[in-house]
Amino acid sequence: MSIWVDRNTKLLVQGITGSQGLFHAKGCRDYGTQVVGGVTPGKGGQSVEGFAVYDTVEEAVSRTGANATMIFVPPAFAADSICEAADAGIPLIICITEGIPVRDMLATKRYLASTKSRLIGPNCPGIITPGQCKIGIMPGHIHKSGNMGVVSRSGTLTYEAVHQLSKLGYGQSTCVGIGGDPINGTNFIDILEAFNRDPETHGVIMIGEIGGSAEEEAAEYIKREFKKPMAGFIGGATAPAGKRMGHAGAIISGGKGTAEEKFQALQAAGVRIARSPADLATTLVAAMGK
Amino acid sequence: MNIHEYQAKQLLKRFNVRVPEGRLVEEGADLELRAEKAALELQNERKNGVWVVKAQIHAGGRGKAGGVKVCKDIAAVRAAAKDIMGKTLVTPQTGPQGKVVHKLWIEEGSTIAKEFYLGIVIDRAVSQVVMMASTEGGMEIEEVAATHPEKIFKVIVDPTTGFMPFHGRKLAKALGLSADQTKEAIGFFGGIYKCFVETDASQVEINPMILTQDGKIAALDAKFNFDDNALFRHKDLVEMRDILEENAQDVEASKYELAFIALDGNIGCLVNGAGLAMATMDIIKLHGGEPANFLDVGGGASKEKVANAFKIILKDPKVKAILVNIFGGIMKCDVIAEGVIAAARELELKVPLVVRLEGTNVEMGREILAKSGLKITPADGLTDAAQKVVAAARG
Repeated sequence: MSIWVDRNTKLLVQGITGSQGLFHAKGCRDYGTQVVGGVTPGKGGQSVEGFAVYDTVEEAVSRTGANATMIFVPPAFAADSICEAADAGIPLIICITEGIPVRDMLATKRYLASTKSRLIGPNCPGIITPGQCKIGIMPGHIHKSGNMGVVSRSGTLTYEAVHQLSKLGYGQSTCVGIGGDPINGTNFIDILEAFNRDPETHGVIMIGEIGGSAEEEAAEYIKREFKKPMAGFIGGATAPAGKRMGHAGAIISGGKGTAEEKFQALQAAGVRIARSPADLATTLVAAMGK
Repeated sequence: MNIHEYQAKQLLKRFNVRVPEGRLVEEGADLELRAEKAALELQNERKNGVWVVKAQIHAGGRGKAGGVKVCKDIAAVRAAAKDIMGKTLVTPQTGPQGKVVHKLWIEEGSTIAKEFYLGIVIDRAVSQVVMMASTEGGMEIEEVAATHPEKIFKVIVDPTTGFMPFHGRKLAKALGLSADQTKEAIGFFGGIYKCFVETDASQVEINPMILTQDGKIAALDAKFNFDDNALFRHKDLVEMRDILEENAQDVEASKYELAFIALDGNIGCLVNGAGLAMATMDIIKLHGGEPANFLDVGGGASKEKVANAFKIILKDPKVKAILVNIFGGIMKCDVIAEGVIAAARELELKVPLVVRLEGTNVEMGREILAKSGLKITPADGLTDAAQKVVAAARG
């Protein structure tokens, strides 16, 4: 078991004829994901590297039965692509694109609320259920199938957590990067709820960072409902206020959104805290009483 | 991206938001004469014999630092211009080194009956736009939030409907405005909301927003932050960028599309991924060191990007050691290792270099570093890397 993606997932790639889109479409296929085709407007009917290309998402869905899509469209057009995928009824939309204007995401999020689609990202590494399905840009080979969930706002820190877990001999059920933007489709709580329900997930590492209040909100949820052992880390304890630390969402404004506040919220909710990013896996193992 | 007050006011004017009329005076020859000319023009145009000379820097707290002067005659305008231009203003927002004034904004004086605060931000928790107003104009909103949270009033604006008159009525009521003033305020708020949305601003602060003695609402100061991701569709805003106001290293980094932020420590950091870059700073601090910068070379960094990143880090004379921390996912460790070596040779690197590589082709990467003949300290894992670079920086 796992959350949201498995060997039955049929994946489309929007922006498949771009260099990034094609590179990662191949990467996902090589990992074992069923990549059923791609979409690039105006290039329908072509075939690239064995992938059938369609003009519209709607057409691609009706031909292939795709139930997930991965978006590599440039930032100026990415919101349009997300909405097109939702309009075509794709239940799971993973947007890798970095740099989408916030205003576009406000409108997109509003629209998504009226559909049945779930958006992961934007500006995220994607989602992987090791051994079954990889959707995104993460290095597949560091993962191992198992029972630990990972959820993170950062890509490379997710890899760090996964690598530490695998090295200790703990595989992962599903790993999700929710992205570093201020407005994103899926937040910590959505993923924790899914991990809570998934019998194959026995423990979870959650990696947050400065800015916003998603970690504090997650802490409230954890305290109320989350039943499994957890380890938590917050990046950016040393970040100066008011500066955007790479991620558009990682900015401390008006003294709010600091790492310390978030560490404390998680700790108060019963999450075991890793103060060092080197201790992500060992902290979870300790939280599980092993 | 930030802009100056005078630019913010010009922008607001375009959206029919009332602002005091003014003139820009830049540094250079005949400063006092040009200041006098600007003041006389304003007097003729506005029939107003009071002026305010305001330093234009990207930081608040100018008034207390001596960067704003109210003048009641032309001689005072000349004197204020001479005094403020070229001055280094130190405010809580400039850092201890302060900021040099290169531009002045001379504007007509306003008759203030009441001062308010107005701010617009995006509330991430609800993914909507929030307008905040307070009766405590002129004060830092953070301070009001801490001491008198009951004096901050908020309305949430749905992006689908945009600003509606009822939002304005709610805010006006909370601020204690009369019926006539409310009408005036609704137009003012609406204009600012429209400006916020259409310029892709991430934050707008009008502090103070004033009620004049003749019952008008106006923006006496204005501060804008724009969403960098949206600048591609705002060429006019990009032209307003003033690189004199930005950190030179930051400007250089943005040319190479590197996410870079200068800090006060002495350990240079070169990392891939924003989250890992932040965590690298954190772990350096945890082991008793101080990072000199935040630097994310991005997920798909090339050899050239790595070399440019080194150049920017080395521009800072404080840097006593450098830590390269790469988790190679898409980036292959052997490629990174070659980039590091090429940059170290080209720049004749003098400071100790600690390199931690992990991920794809890690063995090849480590071997390349070991065989390079360069003095590179390899590290195994994050903790080892942090300990080694902190020790190296201590010398």
